[in-house]
Amino acid sequence: MKSNSKLLSAPYTVWMTVFIVLPMLLVGYFAFTDKSGAFTLENMMSVGQYSNVFLRSIWLGAVATVVSLVLGYPLAYIIAKMNAKRQNVMVMLVMLPMWMNFLLRTYAWMTLLEDNGLINSALAAVGLPRVHMINTAGAVVLGMVYNYIPYMILPLYSVLTKIDESVIQAAQDLGANGRQVFLKVVVPLSMPGVISGVTMVFVPAVSTFIISKMLGGGGNLLIGDLIDMQFLGSAYNPNLGSAVSLVLMVIILICMGIMNQFDDGEVNEKGGMLL
Amino acid sequence: MKNTIISLKNITVSYDGEQVLGGFDLDIHDGEFVTLLGPSGCGKTTVLRTIAGFIRPDAGDVFFYDKNITALPPHRREVNTIFQKYALFPHLNVYENIAFGMRLKRRGEKEIRRTVQEMLAMVNLTGYAHRGIGQLSGGQQQRVAIARALANEPKVLLLDEPLGALDLKLRKDMQAELKKIQQCTGITFVFVTHDQEEALSMSDTVVVMDGGVIQQIGSPTDIYNEPKNAFVADFIGESNILDGIMLEDYSVKFAGHSFRCLDSGFGKNTPVDVVIRPEDIKVVEPDATRIVGDVTAVTFKGVHYEIIVDVAGFKWMIQSTEGRLVGDHIGLALTPNDIHVMEKSEYSGVFGDYSTFSDEMDEDRNNPGGAKTFYEPEILGESGISHGSGTRVGSGISHGPGTQGEPGISCEPGTDDRFEAPDAAGTEEEEDGNEI
Repeated sequence: MKSNSKLLSAPYTVWMTVFIVLPMLLVGYFAFTDKSGAFTLENMMSVGQYSNVFLRSIWLGAVATVVSLVLGYPLAYIIAKMNAKRQNVMVMLVMLPMWMNFLLRTYAWMTLLEDNGLINSALAAVGLPRVHMINTAGAVVLGMVYNYIPYMILPLYSVLTKIDESVIQAAQDLGANGRQVFLKVVVPLSMPGVISGVTMVFVPAVSTFIISKMLGGGGNLLIGDLIDMQFLGSAYNPNLGSAVSLVLMVIILICMGIMNQFDDGEVNEKGGMLL
Repeated sequence: MKNTIISLKNITVSYDGEQVLGGFDLDIHDGEFVTLLGPSGCGKTTVLRTIAGFIRPDAGDVFFYDKNITALPPHRREVNTIFQKYALFPHLNVYENIAFGMRLKRRGEKEIRRTVQEMLAMVNLTGYAHRGIGQLSGGQQQRVAIARALANEPKVLLLDEPLGALDLKLRKDMQAELKKIQQCTGITFVFVTHDQEEALSMSDTVVVMDGGVIQQIGSPTDIYNEPKNAFVADFIGESNILDGIMLEDYSVKFAGHSFRCLDSGFGKNTPVDVVIRPEDIKVVEPDATRIVGDVTAVTFKGVHYEIIVDVAGFKWMIQSTEGRLVGDHIGLALTPNDIHVMEKSEYSGVFGDYSTFSDEMDEDRNNPGGAKTFYEPEILGESGISHGSGTRVGSGISHGPGTQGEPGISCEPGTDDRFEAPDAAGTEEEEDGNEI
């Protein structure tokens, strides 16, 4: 039995090693070496120059995450309250944009937001002043929210549908009005969904480069763009790029650790009660 | 005379076009332990949920004292519910579950702590305040649910088959405990169950329902001894239901003979249903009586034997402390007191005889309707418990006036010696064991 399961997991182990562990080690190797392959801390030191890029990435990623949560939670809640048939249709609709190419979707936003794009043309047609939208931080956040909100809605939806109706009725029975039921029962019980949704939006949003490149213009450089430039762009320097990647990884790990504290807090509490 | 606390008037409820209750009326009195008893789908839970406010009736009104509360949402009604699966808040510990209602009412922290401790003591869970819900056994969760509801000081407590998920022994303990809590607090209990024995042993008033219609309302003894129709007679306990003709007052003919009875007022030569409880029948020598037959099956039940006797094709059930052998030719003796006459109803002839109990069961399969129909296995399985000779129903628990509505009498926590202090590891293990 045991050797059997080992055998079955072998391809996965090999895959993990070749495509996840080895590249990570390579990133680590490049981050601490120079072009000739000698050990150096220079790359790591120079990451500090880009702290404004890091801050901007984290800030925009955080804003996009909060907006996704604020928009996604009510939608997930409404879907979860529908009858089963309509739920399936709505979940399909939420996922529908994901069937289209990521790049294409972002291009579409470009044509919408441009100074001579569809929105501004429409505004001009009805006699309203044009609005500058493309190449702003707002456009980047919009792109992030648009692309990643399904990853917020789906885990929330799945947690919300699992909340037992009788628990909600028990709260009503004990005197909770609609708002109190929501705040005291629904929200706490949906926290696991909130945490996984936030993680699944925040992590890709922080490290994105296509969105900022296409919708943010030159003034909204993000970490993803920075790394992109070191490997494929003008400032070719894989060693610095690796160092930036490594720091980004650490930052994301710290952020996730903080997020999970909310979840773990409850688990620990329960664990503590066991004793 | 007690006040009416809940009054349902002409309630009609339909699900997806199918009518569950139609023109349903019920008055529930203050301080009563009322049980709604009936098979699955009889509408008893619908009645309960209508009182709680989770169902808005299509027509009719719900009154709380004299106030019409039909349109009042659940959170503004002074009733609380114990749900079938307890519905405790999984994200809160025992303490916060019980405090939930009080926190909504913005009670002071001191008062909350005192009440929670009182409630925990009442349900024998002192020391469990900071446990998580997931760490409790089913019986313990049940008691937290009771404490949570009672902490809200409801005027009426609604219980929706709360003991259904517990094993037999724990269920018996909880029955006694619930009854005690009800007597101590004086709160009106409305209890829903399909378990006739549970209904008989706990209630002041039993409401027997079938098909969304009340079949009979009465005290447990009335329901058992004076069933109104064949449905009630069959659903509550075991019964031999025979076709009969009321020849005149105090004289009824069935099984080919006429008998003296205590019933009157049916008119002359009226077709009736005759109920004879198995434990009332005396087994005698064949030449000493007019009803004679052959034993076709004998089952030992502990307290008594269940003997199936074929009398001219109709299979009677007899409960006797003396065993008989299959094939014995015996006589059955009845006194007028043993014979209960009921008017014919839509249920007449539905329940048949005890053919399914005998060896000839296979034969009778081709004859649906001829054999007894049993609604729930529990009813079959637990028969005999309330049929001990002499003590028929409700034994052990007194329904006398004066024992209710006086909080403080025999209500101190811990006086119940069936439950050890919950901190004792033994109790906990035993309960966990019971649960799984």
